[in-house]
Amino acid sequence: MQCPKCHAMMHTYNRNGVQIEQCSGCRGIFLDYGELEALTRLESQYTAQQYGQVPPPAAPPAPYPAHAAPAPAWGAPQHGGHGHGHGHHHGHHKGGFGRMLFSS
Amino acid sequence: MNALALPAPLPAALAAWARGGPGQPYVLLADRPDGTVVRCGDAVAKAHAPGSDPEALAARIRVAGSGALAGVLLPPLRTGAVHGRPVSLWPYGTPVDPARPEDAPWEEAARLLAALHRTGPRDLPGPVPPMRGPAKVARALRRLARAPQPDPDGVRAVRAAAATLPDWARGEGVPPAGGAVLCHGDLHLGQLVRHPAPDGPWRLIDVDDLGLGAPAWDLARPAAWYAAGILAPEAWLRFLDAYRAAGGPAAGPPGSDPWPELDLAARALTVQTAALALAKAAPARRPLDEGERLMLDSCVRMATFRAELEP
Repeated sequence: MQCPKCHAMMHTYNRNGVQIEQCSGCRGIFLDYGELEALTRLESQYTAQQYGQVPPPAAPPAPYPAHAAPAPAWGAPQHGGHGHGHGHHHGHHKGGFGRMLFSS
Repeated sequence: MNALALPAPLPAALAAWARGGPGQPYVLLADRPDGTVVRCGDAVAKAHAPGSDPEALAARIRVAGSGALAGVLLPPLRTGAVHGRPVSLWPYGTPVDPARPEDAPWEEAARLLAALHRTGPRDLPGPVPPMRGPAKVARALRRLARAPQPDPDGVRAVRAAAATLPDWARGEGVPPAGGAVLCHGDLHLGQLVRHPAPDGPWRLIDVDDLGLGAPAWDLARPAAWYAAGILAPEAWLRFLDAYRAAGGPAAGPPGSDPWPELDLAARALTVQTAALALAKAAPARRPLDEGERLMLDSCVRMATFRAELEP
């Protein structure tokens, strides 16, 4: 589909089972009917798990927590939002990537 | 038999030049077509690429030695020529331990890049050549084109990903006017040392690709590693946030999505890295390693999105 704002193509991503469309041009996000509610529900579940049902008093606003760091459309799928910052590939601790980080 | 003694091999000749006499002990740090580097005690000598433009190289080394870049770039000790190659001598600095990339000084790297990018053009010692980032993309693609029997699917993906780039990002034609600042041109974790060794402040080294250009290029390798899933989001954000906090101009304001600014250069570095990986793997008849495979996967996804990616 096309972005209603800038008319670039929109790509579909799955975030915790919720389909969202993000524009490849202006990065705007389109939510279908009910998807915002689904995201809100997931958020409150996550908060409950994290804080044992008690909502955190005035959690400090982070510009983007690690699990929500923006990534490009062509980025690896783990940026889709499932890993909460612990994507299985991310491994600058593993031997396989070391050489790449140090070479031209 | 007299007079026609064979010339010393380049590393030994470099060490002799560095120490002012033959027969000096040295440690060979790198010996590649684009540069030979030896360490002699507390100094490091480099023979630059045979095809280096001598004037451009001299201008780059002059920048490294200028007061405006003190505290950012390691300054040279002296320059010369050995075996017809331009050579330069530098103080030894302690590098990031390649076995411990998790110790990488991401914040320091970011602050050094921000300082480099904020250097005023009038503070530079004379004309500065263009940053060689796009030329290196072109060189990687040429090397892939010459490689013996590279993986055909990989080559297709790299070519399709390269086609999403504007000509200038592949070293063809002139970059868009405006916004050019002093850039390193080849940032990776091997380009940072602590001087004085072993625990002095961090400095950037290796000015062979330094010049005026798009500062996003210097953030593009970490950005490409992060996008491919190689660099953890935490490390990426430490780097990005420190760069922005230091006033770096390449990635938008703090808190904003940096990708509109970084996307093109990150794609270019992804293409460059994947092209070199395929070109190096082909003659060795080896499969890509995990990191190389992830960079190629990024190229495959770029090819999928090519209609939407800004050319």
